[in-house]
Amino acid sequence: MKGRINSFLSMGAADGPGVRFVVFLQGCALRCSYCHNPETWAPEDGAEWGMEEIAKKVLRYRPYFGIQGGVTISGGEPLLQWKFTAALLSRLKEEGIHTVLDTSGIGNLDGADEVLNYTDLVMCDLKFADNTGYRAYCGGTLDHVLRFLKRTEEKSVPLWIRHVVVPGLTDQPETVKKILGLGERFSNFQRLELLPFHKMCLGKYEAMGLSFPFSDFPECSQQKIQALRRIVNKM
Amino acid sequence: MEFLAWRGFKNGRWAEEINVRDFIQNNYVPYEGTEDFLTGPTERTRALMKKLNRLFELEQDLGGVLDIDTQTVSSLTSYKPGYLDQENEIIVGLQTDRPLKRGVNPFGGVHMTKQACEAYGHRLSEKVESEFQYRTTHNDGVFRVYTEEIKAARKSGIITGLPDAYGRGRIIGDYRRVSLYGVDLLIAEKRRDKERLGELEMNAENIRLMEELYQQINFLKKLKEMALMYGFDISGPAADAKEAVQWLYFAYLGSIKEQNGAAMSLGRISTFLDIYFERDLVEGKLSEERAQEILDDFVMKLRMARHLRTPDYNELFAGDPMWITEAVGGMGQDGRTLVTKTSYRLLHTLYNLGPSAEPNLTILWSDKLPAGFQRYTAKVSCDTAALQYENDDVMRPDFGDDYAIACCVSAMRVGKDMQFFGARANLPKLLLMSLNGGRDERTGVQVAPLREPYAGGILEYEAVLEKMEYYRHWLTKTYVSAMNIIHYMHDKYAYEKTQMALHDTEVHRFMAFGVAGLSVLADALSAIKFGRVEVVRDETGLIVDFKTTGDFPCFGNDDERVDSLAQEQVKLFVEELKKNHTYRNAEHTLSILTITSNVVYGKKTGATPDGRAAGAPFAPGANPMHGRERSGALAALNSVAKLSYEYCKDGVSNTFSVIPHALGNEEEERYANLVSIMRGYFNQKAHHLNVNVLNRQTLIEAYENPELHPNLTVRVSGYAVNFNKLSKFQQQEVIARTFHEAM
Repeated sequence: MKGRINSFLSMGAADGPGVRFVVFLQGCALRCSYCHNPETWAPEDGAEWGMEEIAKKVLRYRPYFGIQGGVTISGGEPLLQWKFTAALLSRLKEEGIHTVLDTSGIGNLDGADEVLNYTDLVMCDLKFADNTGYRAYCGGTLDHVLRFLKRTEEKSVPLWIRHVVVPGLTDQPETVKKILGLGERFSNFQRLELLPFHKMCLGKYEAMGLSFPFSDFPECSQQKIQALRRIVNKM
Repeated sequence: MEFLAWRGFKNGRWAEEINVRDFIQNNYVPYEGTEDFLTGPTERTRALMKKLNRLFELEQDLGGVLDIDTQTVSSLTSYKPGYLDQENEIIVGLQTDRPLKRGVNPFGGVHMTKQACEAYGHRLSEKVESEFQYRTTHNDGVFRVYTEEIKAARKSGIITGLPDAYGRGRIIGDYRRVSLYGVDLLIAEKRRDKERLGELEMNAENIRLMEELYQQINFLKKLKEMALMYGFDISGPAADAKEAVQWLYFAYLGSIKEQNGAAMSLGRISTFLDIYFERDLVEGKLSEERAQEILDDFVMKLRMARHLRTPDYNELFAGDPMWITEAVGGMGQDGRTLVTKTSYRLLHTLYNLGPSAEPNLTILWSDKLPAGFQRYTAKVSCDTAALQYENDDVMRPDFGDDYAIACCVSAMRVGKDMQFFGARANLPKLLLMSLNGGRDERTGVQVAPLREPYAGGILEYEAVLEKMEYYRHWLTKTYVSAMNIIHYMHDKYAYEKTQMALHDTEVHRFMAFGVAGLSVLADALSAIKFGRVEVVRDETGLIVDFKTTGDFPCFGNDDERVDSLAQEQVKLFVEELKKNHTYRNAEHTLSILTITSNVVYGKKTGATPDGRAAGAPFAPGANPMHGRERSGALAALNSVAKLSYEYCKDGVSNTFSVIPHALGNEEEERYANLVSIMRGYFNQKAHHLNVNVLNRQTLIEAYENPELHPNLTVRVSGYAVNFNKLSKFQQQEVIARTFHEAM
């Protein structure tokens, strides 16, 4: 079985628990204004890789995984290639490797069900706390994401919610509280991770001849993230 | 034997013979807890460190050298006692009569000493110069014998860094012996050895050893004299922790007064000293705060150690290093960890005194080290970037559990092994010289024997390998010859009397060779094998450049196609080396280590088929070339881990720089992840890792405004440097190295 791959990262330390090998799949249905990986959008780009080839590669990094680490499937949107994702994760589970699905939650829900069978942890990016935000800056709908989260709850897969903090747009304590509230609706919810918005992707946009829609927003400071985290921790 | 000073120690063979390991094994208490017991600096420590920091700043402001005593030849008793603050110091002793003042040591070569004095605005006194006019130095001896071929090889840079004009270093005295036994017992033991040798046939080997023993005994007496000048009688064993540290330091101090060796390691002292600290703590004579204070004071002394070097030397070994390498941790052969509370206390000096390049703290890493200690070392790395890690699990089978590290990565059993070290062979230049029929690609000079140069326009892999075979044979032969001459002369004219007195008389000798530019060679061969390399010749037919096209794998991406080429080249080189007989039947070993000389090696090497431009720096040590590791940090580690320690028993150095964020968002996450990375790397039998957890931005800031980061410590190779002590060119090279980040 083959899938379209954008790239691999041999050392991911901010992509789930522990040290992780990250597989970035090609193709995404969303066009988030702050997306820092625009090169993963077009489904026909990237390179074709066989599942066994990837598994072999992953096993070279197994010594580094320790007790906590493992493999994270990210993208792009891994649910867009759900058949391949499910097959790859199933193969990795055969090896006893811990698997994380890093997703926006946008994708075929029955396909997602299949993927979740082989997923140890879901990290779902909740971009906005309402449909309006999604429509204006991403595409997709919050409702669909919530339906996906329901599936993770039914399958009892532990859930981390992630949220990109964009100063002046999604950095209000109320927004963050709402996001947290959405997560807490689900019994499998474990933690909320706040990620600072940055513009390190500007070069990529330029190289692709695209303009970065959020170039006017300021980057988010660590202090801001910490302040928001304190608020979240109090709740 | 019995001494009052040994009260409370458990007896063993160590009480009947010189056997520090046996003493440690019988008496030490492993520590498996956390760092919670550690205490901060006392007011006294703070005040002294402040004073010392002012002197360091002054030294920097004066161009790197505070003062030179140009009148006195450095030796154990040639200076009056010196102090940083006589009233308040706990551990005493300086190399000269004033802090940071450097002595002159012309035994290696008087010319180099003169140059060094002049480089810093001083003049070597006529008194010293005339004294040495009628005296053969190591340097004189070597150049009396060097062949034209060796000189040409040396000049072209295919062999660089031969220690033919200064102390060879890399010898570690077992300084602990002075604390445990006192000097008189060591003298008595050496006298017995000399008597015994007197019974044997008087051949050259035996006569040399007997004369060496005479000198060892002589210098042990001088060591006692030196200590007496400071008011201490070290003829007997140390009676408490403070004395144990002081005796040990005197032994080290005597060695660095006598020798200006390129690397003067401390050994493996923390677990030994812990036995004394524990005894005093149990006897109620010492508090934790005082124990830490003694160690803090000792480490301050180590940070003040200096040698006078020339600018040429600094270009090879940048940042004024002494390589006061101390090996910390590791596991015992009986399965108990050798980590003690004093292992923690020693690392903790980095917090109490601030980060520092010296002493060169080296963690002997084992998968079985207590988890608390693994985590603590990762924390220290994240906070200070001052540690390096070496794999105890691959060294212990060869060296037992009482070895230490000389210089950066060279393991030796303390007091039982010594090494003849020197230089590195420039592997990319070997390739170029092979193509050019023995001519230097930069000058056109015939350096190696003349042979038919590479004739074709496109490089064919098999044909290139065949050419290399002949010149590899020539290079190793020339290299071994140069080393034999150097070490013969060093033994004859600049023998390490104090340090060798702190070894067993029947010592095992290594001859430690080195290679530089392995990743460049591997990538070049990969380009030839998998890409297309067309040669460019100048009007004399010399191949001076290459046109490389097509895709080829580069070392550092965990790609077997090229990683196997690197492995093969190392194996071929070491096997060829071993065909040459060594001085004093030393055992050949090899390291893949460059210190900061990767910059100089690059300068002396023409363009290479991998696309590296003429004069561009090599990667340091066994590192992949920067910018070519496109598969992330762990892939780069996997590639280096494939270089077998089996072939490189003198060490495989790898420097790993990572931005803090790439290790995780939270501090504890970073520590845990760094531990996972090291476990993964070392469990694949990799040998060494320098860990820098730094933002490139910090380095750029320090490059532009040194005063913003006066104490910024970076690990560059098998050692750490204060970033501000590097030349601008070297700073640029460090900044250009790959910083692993995840986006």
